[in-house]
Amino acid sequence: MQIFTCPFCGPREETEFHFAAEAGKHRPEPAEETSDTDWADYLYMNDAPRGPSSEVWVHMTCGEYFLMTRDTVTREVLDTTALPGRNE
Amino acid sequence: MSGWRHDTAGDAIDRNSPRSFSFDGKQLMGFAGDTLASALLASGTQILGRSFKYHRPRGLWGLGGEEPNAIFDVAENGQTTPNTRATTQTLRDGMVLRSVNTAPDVLRDRGAVLDRFNRFLPGGFYYKTFMAFGWMRWEPMIRRMAGLGRLDSGHRPPADGPQVNARCDLLVIGAGAAGLAAARAAAMAGRKVWLVDEAAEPGGSLRWRGGEIDGKDWRDFVREACDAVQAAGGRILTDTTLWGAFDHNLFAAWERRVGASDRHWRIRASDIVLAAGAIERPLWFTNNDLPGVMSAEAALHYLALYGAVAGRNIVLATGNDASYPVAEALARVGCAVTLVDAREKTPPPPEGVKHLPSARLTRAEGKRTVRSVIVNGQRHEADTVLVAGGYTPSVHLHCQAGGKLDWEAGSDSLVPRPGTSKLRVVGAANGTFGLAEALTQGHVAGGGAGTAPQAVTENWQLAAMRPDPALPGRQWIDPQNDVTLKDVKLAGQEGYRSVEHLKRYTTLGMATDQGRNANFAGLAAMSELTGRSIPETGTTTYRPPFAPIPLGVIAGPRRGALFNAPKRLTLEVEHRAKSAEFREYGGWLRPSAYGPGDEAELAQDEARAARETVGIYDASPLGKIEVIGPGAADLLDYCGYVRLSTLKTGRARYGFILGESGIVHDDGVVFRLAEDRFIVSASSSHAASVRMILEEARQDVFDPSRSYIHDVTAGFVTLSVTGPRARDLLRAAELPKDICDDEVMPHMSVRETAWNGHSLRAARVSFTGDRSYELTVPARHGAALHGALDAARDTVSGRWIGMEAVMILRAEKGFILVGKDTDGLTMPHDLGWGGPRDKRTDEYLGRRSLFTPEAKANNRRQLVGLEVDGDTPLPTGAHLVPLHGARRSLGFVTSSYFSPILNRPVALALLENGRAKVGAEVGTFHMGDTCRARVCESCALDPKWERLNA
Amino acid sequence: MKRYSAFSLAAEGLRGHRGWTPAWRKAKPQPAYDAIIVGGGGHGLASAYYLAKNHGLRRVAVLEKGWVGGGNTGRNTTAVRSNYFYPESVALYDLALRLYEGLSKDLNFNVMLSQRGMLIAAHTPMQMEICTRIANAMQINGVDGELMGAEEALRRAPLLNQTSDARYNCMGGVWQSRAGVARHDAVAWGYARGASDMGVDIIEGCTVTDLLIEGGRITGVATDMGTIRADRVGLAAAGATPGLAAMAGVRLPIHTYALQAFVSEPVKPMLDIVLLYLGTGTYVSQSDKGELVIGGGLDRVPTHGQRGNLPSQETVLSGLLEMFPAFAQLKLLRQWAGVVDVVPDSSPVIGPAGPEGLYLNCGWGTGGFKAIPAGGWLLAHLLAKGQHHEISRPFDLDRFARGRLIDEAAGSGIAH
Repeated sequence: MQIFTCPFCGPREETEFHFAAEAGKHRPEPAEETSDTDWADYLYMNDAPRGPSSEVWVHMTCGEYFLMTRDTVTREVLDTTALPGRNE
Repeated sequence: MSGWRHDTAGDAIDRNSPRSFSFDGKQLMGFAGDTLASALLASGTQILGRSFKYHRPRGLWGLGGEEPNAIFDVAENGQTTPNTRATTQTLRDGMVLRSVNTAPDVLRDRGAVLDRFNRFLPGGFYYKTFMAFGWMRWEPMIRRMAGLGRLDSGHRPPADGPQVNARCDLLVIGAGAAGLAAARAAAMAGRKVWLVDEAAEPGGSLRWRGGEIDGKDWRDFVREACDAVQAAGGRILTDTTLWGAFDHNLFAAWERRVGASDRHWRIRASDIVLAAGAIERPLWFTNNDLPGVMSAEAALHYLALYGAVAGRNIVLATGNDASYPVAEALARVGCAVTLVDAREKTPPPPEGVKHLPSARLTRAEGKRTVRSVIVNGQRHEADTVLVAGGYTPSVHLHCQAGGKLDWEAGSDSLVPRPGTSKLRVVGAANGTFGLAEALTQGHVAGGGAGTAPQAVTENWQLAAMRPDPALPGRQWIDPQNDVTLKDVKLAGQEGYRSVEHLKRYTTLGMATDQGRNANFAGLAAMSELTGRSIPETGTTTYRPPFAPIPLGVIAGPRRGALFNAPKRLTLEVEHRAKSAEFREYGGWLRPSAYGPGDEAELAQDEARAARETVGIYDASPLGKIEVIGPGAADLLDYCGYVRLSTLKTGRARYGFILGESGIVHDDGVVFRLAEDRFIVSASSSHAASVRMILEEARQDVFDPSRSYIHDVTAGFVTLSVTGPRARDLLRAAELPKDICDDEVMPHMSVRETAWNGHSLRAARVSFTGDRSYELTVPARHGAALHGALDAARDTVSGRWIGMEAVMILRAEKGFILVGKDTDGLTMPHDLGWGGPRDKRTDEYLGRRSLFTPEAKANNRRQLVGLEVDGDTPLPTGAHLVPLHGARRSLGFVTSSYFSPILNRPVALALLENGRAKVGAEVGTFHMGDTCRARVCESCALDPKWERLNA
Repeated sequence: MKRYSAFSLAAEGLRGHRGWTPAWRKAKPQPAYDAIIVGGGGHGLASAYYLAKNHGLRRVAVLEKGWVGGGNTGRNTTAVRSNYFYPESVALYDLALRLYEGLSKDLNFNVMLSQRGMLIAAHTPMQMEICTRIANAMQINGVDGELMGAEEALRRAPLLNQTSDARYNCMGGVWQSRAGVARHDAVAWGYARGASDMGVDIIEGCTVTDLLIEGGRITGVATDMGTIRADRVGLAAAGATPGLAAMAGVRLPIHTYALQAFVSEPVKPMLDIVLLYLGTGTYVSQSDKGELVIGGGLDRVPTHGQRGNLPSQETVLSGLLEMFPAFAQLKLLRQWAGVVDVVPDSSPVIGPAGPEGLYLNCGWGTGGFKAIPAGGWLLAHLLAKGQHHEISRPFDLDRFARGRLIDEAAGSGIAH
């Protein structure tokens, strides 16, 4: 059982969280002008890095999405922070 | 007969409390405090089991979890526990022990004949043969021979199965000298310490090796340390196996209790000290597997704690100083002891012990048990051979936590590399085999101030002992799985040289001792055979569990009603009072039909009644996700496939939510209660995920301060009233008049009103095609609404209807259930909802994916209805196939029922290019039979929608 | 290569087994090969074997960073089956199963294929409908699938909890009699031995550090043992594939998760089939040694660490005991985790990617072991011919851009 720190609720058990996506993905817009390949890249393609990984997670208990940086091998959590503009 | 009970020795037993038990039918006696192993040893029973492959006789070897041989099926109070390790099981009166994998019993085991063929059965022999006629031909024979004990098929786990989460400042694993020193130091500094030990009492090897600490008896030190732990708010868990190190400093422990269920602990620790000690290695010589060959450390353990003496005429073969006190203790109780030391330079021999330095034991002899040994070419009579091949530190948990190991020649062992795990490893687990240094290491690791507890230093010198390939005959490396040095050699010869290959090819280390006896020897042997160092040869990965753990302890109480517990309706009691039968739908326990009677027949009756008069069903599990705020309409426009900003206040609209992949995620109705307030009525099993889709868009795409999402599903009861006389029922129940007025409340409208002094939300939406009212009240008023509707029910001959009837009603109208009538490829235009895809120009979730080449293809599976001749509905799950040409799947039947109102079957299906095939015939394939069906519109009843306002 | 047989075993037994030779050569890398396969697990070794056997390509190297078969090939629950839903999947997995059926003889290495049958068990009418759909799909695709009722299911798994206090009562399910288990290590070793015998170099302890690309073509790999040239490179490295593909600038639709498996201590036979229970998501069989081999769902958190997590263990094992309460007294002996490469549609990725000459065989997720012969067969075809075999065509990476997913998980309602 890993412990993740929700930027709003504090440290909680992993079962309260859901992995959403790798961070840094931008929805191509206008989507209709995006090629099938670029759209598939946005939808499906990942880096799945070994080591530090920046990801978007959601704390299902409070419903907030946030950024988490963690090491995918050691499973050390390096940082959690609210989405930009969300922690005022 | 070699073991016996000394008259006075034995700290742990109560000689005034005899305990009787039996082993393979033979009645035996022990004392309270005995383990099965000590009682059997004292009784003189030598052959306790048989090895796995050759069925060689096996005797007691060790003192704890490393025991590979003394394993029994133990019956007690009508329950049998298979594969119980004698060394760790306390003896209780009346226990019935049965040897495992023997027939008829351990002494006359017929499988022993296999040993005669051993030369044809080397490690991995089965990879080379049993190929003729296929493996299945041979497998049943192999299966019958395999396995140890027998499962008690009547066994039921305890009802409770407690599992407890705990936190501590410092977790100390192992309550021997080093662990106690660490716990004591930390507790004296005010830290909350949890001290965990496998044994029944703290003390570790102090309990049999004894010693003075700070000039006092070791018992005083143990007491002092335990008192300190408790005084600081810590806890001492004995009879507890710490079996797993997991991420983020989480540890799992199994606590064995008498008179209560075993307990599963999840302990989260800030700091951890590992002081798990070490276990003694065997020695390798010809026939080293004979019963009567035993660990020297274990012999001292049984003597000191239980007064159980291993034999009378004992040869002790060693290469280290730790065996000298063992020889001394045995000589003191009257044994004839010959101490065979491989080293030239040795400590002085204890009094009364025959001492043979520079001597090598090369062979044990005896038919079924040891009778003599060969030392330096000379035969010596012996009824017991104690062996001491050095120690293997118990580094498992350090490695489980990611720690690395280094080879240390001084202790002849792999020891933890400091800093590679979060555990600080001290004492024998760290390769430190001396009391004084163990105490110091523990004290320092516990953060102790001042000087560490003092003891007379006795740093054991030891020589490296290794298997010798030059010896004739067989030397056992893995006693349970019958892996010999020759098997290791063969594995090397065939190229299985990495330790993992060696393990997998020979099964070395795969026995129930988890490699505690075999792994080091296998590693050392392979390293010698291949001319590589031990670190180069490598070690196998250590994974949980540290010791075998009952599955029931890990699973805990999550069984029966507590396993994936379904959600319950607020009105469950009320429904049961109406004889409802319950079934699970989308995670909710809901009435399937109102009995008594056959469910399918009841559903037919209920569906007919709902079409003829009124049916009432509990629709509370429907998701109620409130979306509130000035940005709510924009948010819903983006998340919904159908535009919602154009929805008027007080009205409802049906639509879909898609994933970004364009696949239909859910369908449902959205209500607009006010300019800035919507309710998304998600389907019951998708409510949670729909909420998260909305949340993600709210936070990621929009200004989150302009909308708010609130899932209030559980706070309300919704009863749905459907049928031509639905309005009459509402009137009879004296519900507010305005909702019965079609001018005020036309189809697809919603109204918040008041009833009996609390709020009532009424909606004209229909999942049946008939006039329907969804009535929603706060959960605490649900019973009142139920009562009012029920009281008025008879005036219109209405019925409570279950979900099975609702399924029929919605299928008659061609209304889908997402996940049943759709699959992971279904897009909205496959369901006849191409409008928004064609017309919407604004962006919405999933839109781009609706225009991929595949989404535009004309062979997509589309929703259609099917008609058949006769009264038998198509089987749901039947496939659709071409009537001519090669057979292939064109789709499948997703829903199929007999419609009581139409008096014929109705069915929904996903069919390749199905819309174009309406009116045509298609084949239906089910379990080898092909029939015909006509493709039709999905709506089978009332295609002009006249019943909605009837 | 010394042939294995009862006769050779007996003959060697009489002379102390001195005549056995290494199962495969411990090769050192040559400067250049016709093809390089990265990953010495089942898929990689099978690819090399079929390259040599089917296509006559023998200047082939398999590069393995650890030891042969040490990845997911050696960390699974050994089930083989083809009870899938979409025709594309059935064709793929049934090719594998048919190859498995002849594998021991083909390789002259007993992989202990035990076709004891597998039941996917249902506990609700809706699940039975899904089972019906699968059984019919299998039959249409020419595979042995049949519906089984509760009575027959209980006859085959008599210890299933069917009492009133059970959370789920078995209603029956889909039965595939040709499904079963095989000895996982033997599959890797058998392919390694067969490939090596035909001249393939199997190089253990060799880590690929870069893919060499010139003018849009793959020209070789850089390794910690030096540069090795080849104009055809196949990647078959499961969870390590995204990292390798990234060296060629290729991104993959893969997330990596730990998948755990569990082994109990051995007991006498009491479960003779492979059982997957939809209600609990737990699957179990009993090995020929008597140990229960248990699997379940993925761990929740994407990872590259080969470690299991406690919550998943508790979930899987409580699922097992819900099905078989009597197993509560058995003890967990071993547990392990493999890093599996999971694709959104739960189907593998086979085909070209990035520079010319680079081919992928990855994305098997939780289902890689059962597919080994097919994965190898198809990757070998790609490497040899430079184009798809008709069975691998639907599994090309381009299906994501085309929108033509093969969503087994959603299509069948069963987690794979």
